[in-house]
Amino acid sequence: MSMKASTRQVNSVTVIDVSGRITLGEGCAQLRQLIRDHLSKGNKHILVNLGDVSYIDSSGIGELVSAYTAVSNQGGQLKLLNLTKKVHDLLQITKLYTVFDVRDDEAEAISSFQKPAQA
Amino acid sequence: MTAEPRVYELNLESDLKNVEAADEMSRRASSTAGFDEDDRQRIEMAVHESLINAIWHGNKNDASKHVWVKFEIFADRLEVRVRDQGNGFDPTNIPNPLAEENLLSISGRGIFLIKSFMDDFRVEKAAGGGTEVTMIKRVVSKPKST
Repeated sequence: MSMKASTRQVNSVTVIDVSGRITLGEGCAQLRQLIRDHLSKGNKHILVNLGDVSYIDSSGIGELVSAYTAVSNQGGQLKLLNLTKKVHDLLQITKLYTVFDVRDDEAEAISSFQKPAQA
Repeated sequence: MTAEPRVYELNLESDLKNVEAADEMSRRASSTAGFDEDDRQRIEMAVHESLINAIWHGNKNDASKHVWVKFEIFADRLEVRVRDQGNGFDPTNIPNPLAEENLLSISGRGIFLIKSFMDDFRVEKAAGGGTEVTMIKRVVSKPKST
């Protein structure tokens, strides 16, 4: 099953629900484009829900790192939600679990994003 | 006398779309060899990463070039060979992806994952040209729970 992604807005946070396979090729390119699109719209609080991701390879991990860096460089925050055991283990083994802010509860994840400063 | 291994083989054109066929065969081979779910996933990932390397880095995504995959199921281990038509690489010359300065690198984790998930990994020049990667995973008997 190839990668599918849908987006919803919860308060100031853009939640991207990803399912299927994030692998070299189509899956990675799709995710990259999606993150770019949101950044260009000024959406800098991004929560990537990986709960339905069946498979991720080293390129998919690299794409998550790339997304994290791109969002951070624009002064935003990217967090991960609902890791499967497989993805969790991969992030542990690659030491990326210490880099990403990983959450299990969506409501708690949403409220953890810094609120934009009041004008 | 050692029993003959059970063998599965694939000959694939260098197209990323073909990687899933190797993933599928990897699942079949590791299941037949008797690995548990965790090890089946680790083997699949190692084979997948090796295929990506062979197609992308070895054969430079040239569909006229091929990748051969061979699974040999022995009583005590699974041996997987992935051969491409590329110029090879030195696995000792790959930056450590766990080093602080490489942690946010976009690439460079494939060989690390293969080494982490398999018991043996080696890269050799193939006899007829190209590069052959050999990966071995041993079957470990787990004590029965009481």
